[in-house]
Amino acid sequence: MRVPSSPSNSALQHVVPQISWRRRVTDHVMTGVAVLTLVLVLAPLIAIFGYLLYKGFGSINWAFLTQTPKPVGEPGGGMANAIVGSVLILGIASILGVPLGIGAGIYLAEFGRNRMGDAIRFTADVLNGVPSIVIGIVAYAIVVLYQKHFSALAGGVALAIMMVPTICRTTEEMLLLVPQALREAAYGLGVPRWRTTLSITLRTATSGIITGVMLAFARVAGETAPLLFTAFGNQFWNFRTDQPTAALPLQIFNYAISPYDEWHRQAWAGALVLIILIVTAVAAVRLAVRRGTFGAA
Amino acid sequence: MANPAIHRPDMPGPQPVEQKPLTAASGATRGAPLLKDKSSELPDQIFKYAMIACGLTVLGILVLIVYQLVARSSLSWHAFGFKFFARSDWDPVNESFGALPFIYGTLISSLLALIIAVPLAVGVAVFTTEMCPPALRGPLSFFVELLAAIPSVIYGLWAIFVLVPLLSGYVEPFLGRTLGWTGLFTGAPYGIGMLAAGIILAIMIIPIISSIAREVLMVVPQHQREAALALGATRWEMIRVGVLRNARAGIVGGIILGLGRALGETMAVTMVIGNRPEIAKSLFAPGYTMASVLANEFSEATGDVYLSALIEIGLALFLVTIVVNALARLLVWSVTRGMPASARA
Repeated sequence: MRVPSSPSNSALQHVVPQISWRRRVTDHVMTGVAVLTLVLVLAPLIAIFGYLLYKGFGSINWAFLTQTPKPVGEPGGGMANAIVGSVLILGIASILGVPLGIGAGIYLAEFGRNRMGDAIRFTADVLNGVPSIVIGIVAYAIVVLYQKHFSALAGGVALAIMMVPTICRTTEEMLLLVPQALREAAYGLGVPRWRTTLSITLRTATSGIITGVMLAFARVAGETAPLLFTAFGNQFWNFRTDQPTAALPLQIFNYAISPYDEWHRQAWAGALVLIILIVTAVAAVRLAVRRGTFGAA
Repeated sequence: MANPAIHRPDMPGPQPVEQKPLTAASGATRGAPLLKDKSSELPDQIFKYAMIACGLTVLGILVLIVYQLVARSSLSWHAFGFKFFARSDWDPVNESFGALPFIYGTLISSLLALIIAVPLAVGVAVFTTEMCPPALRGPLSFFVELLAAIPSVIYGLWAIFVLVPLLSGYVEPFLGRTLGWTGLFTGAPYGIGMLAAGIILAIMIIPIISSIAREVLMVVPQHQREAALALGATRWEMIRVGVLRNARAGIVGGIILGLGRALGETMAVTMVIGNRPEIAKSLFAPGYTMASVLANEFSEATGDVYLSALIEIGLALFLVTIVVNALARLLVWSVTRGMPASARA
């Protein structure tokens, strides 16, 4: 990569007689085209971020963070119940999804060098690509239909199903990075295999695994589609897992497609809060992990 | 950390050669002749089976998805059969359902997204790997990948309030005047419609295609580039002959992976496509996709046949994305397999 990125290799230019005018122009034109694509890609991205910050900070206020939605037409109100609802649903999803995902990752890394391991690996990759709305249907079928009503639990199950394959694959990758000598040293001291895996291998890979978990968390935290007919949404406070629950992405969606300016304003504020929640959650855990472990991967 | 999109079951890099005999050793033989500690065998077995159980849940989830979708769509399957995918009426009142407009909408919006996204994404990947100053490389790819972390509902929000007014005010009238004769750009420029959905999808899948293309370009062996340069190629000729040609299969894999994402994308599309089950030639006209009909109508579906028809659409969407993703993964694997771990970053 280093050689081609320095085209002014004067020694070479002298040996080669001359490059035709047409080829030189093509070269410059294509470089220009590549730069142009970069600009075209970055422009909407910067626009999205800029708009989010501008509109979000213009709309956010204390009431938004502490109050529940007001009826249509009344100004004020906020999304406090949706923020709490999101935390509740994500908590359920993490409790269900994280241990399963890490366990499956341990299986793949420590026991999965066989046909079944390959099958699970491929399944996890395929599950990563399943549209989130389809996962929503499944959670509806296995939870909502039995409970007979929408619930935070159903939303949590849907998000947990989405977390497992991602966490599983990153955990496996991180465990495989742990040097084999560490395992051998533990075996050599007579440590049983399960203790070696849990307190040596897993411990060494902690920071990488937590990063993977946070990536999965960030991915599902903004998911709206699987919550539409599982958590469903709620205009009021709810702290119970078996009741319909508001969630930040759901609320943003409902407000965005509504015809009211006040609600549009709140949708932008909600989007900003959602992004901030995701970014701080990820940053906080990464920071804590970096401090907490010593010289880990 | 490696992109989760590219995983090879056989990672040669980080694994020591000696691993096989060690993992193959079961609890009984592991202890070595000196230390015969029988007490750890039972916990070892329990631990192993617990981990196997976790691994099996991954398979279980897939089985569960397939079973639920198939079982719960049987009502609609028995009522309409294969014709379900060829009929274009969608009438909940008379319980007469056909999925054609949704399939059409999903295909056209994803195709449109690919047409816009592929040249841009590949261009960015080529720029970041082959042309850009090394100091810029890190921040650029970080920023492009940051886009993948933005929730889809926020893309939709932006599309409603920024993209759609832009389209209806400037872009669509212009396209109508200049390209209206093609029939693709006719009708009232509302902004909301197939074109808006295609553009927002393109913005969303560019990071995916571009990050995979970048990974694939980075594993093209350095001597391919050097050989092309030594033959007197200009930088562009080197990229075309030495790099892009070698990375073709992997880039196609990345494109298909982007297609998989576009097919299943729900929220942003639902917010701007117009949600009308019609098949129109013009890209200005509103449409409907398989994912957005589920998002809009699932929780309000009254009647078993209605719900079952919706779940059948979900099943079709699931099967299509499974096939598309499996294809993409095989293509990406075929290129990156056997490359050193450092090249995958």
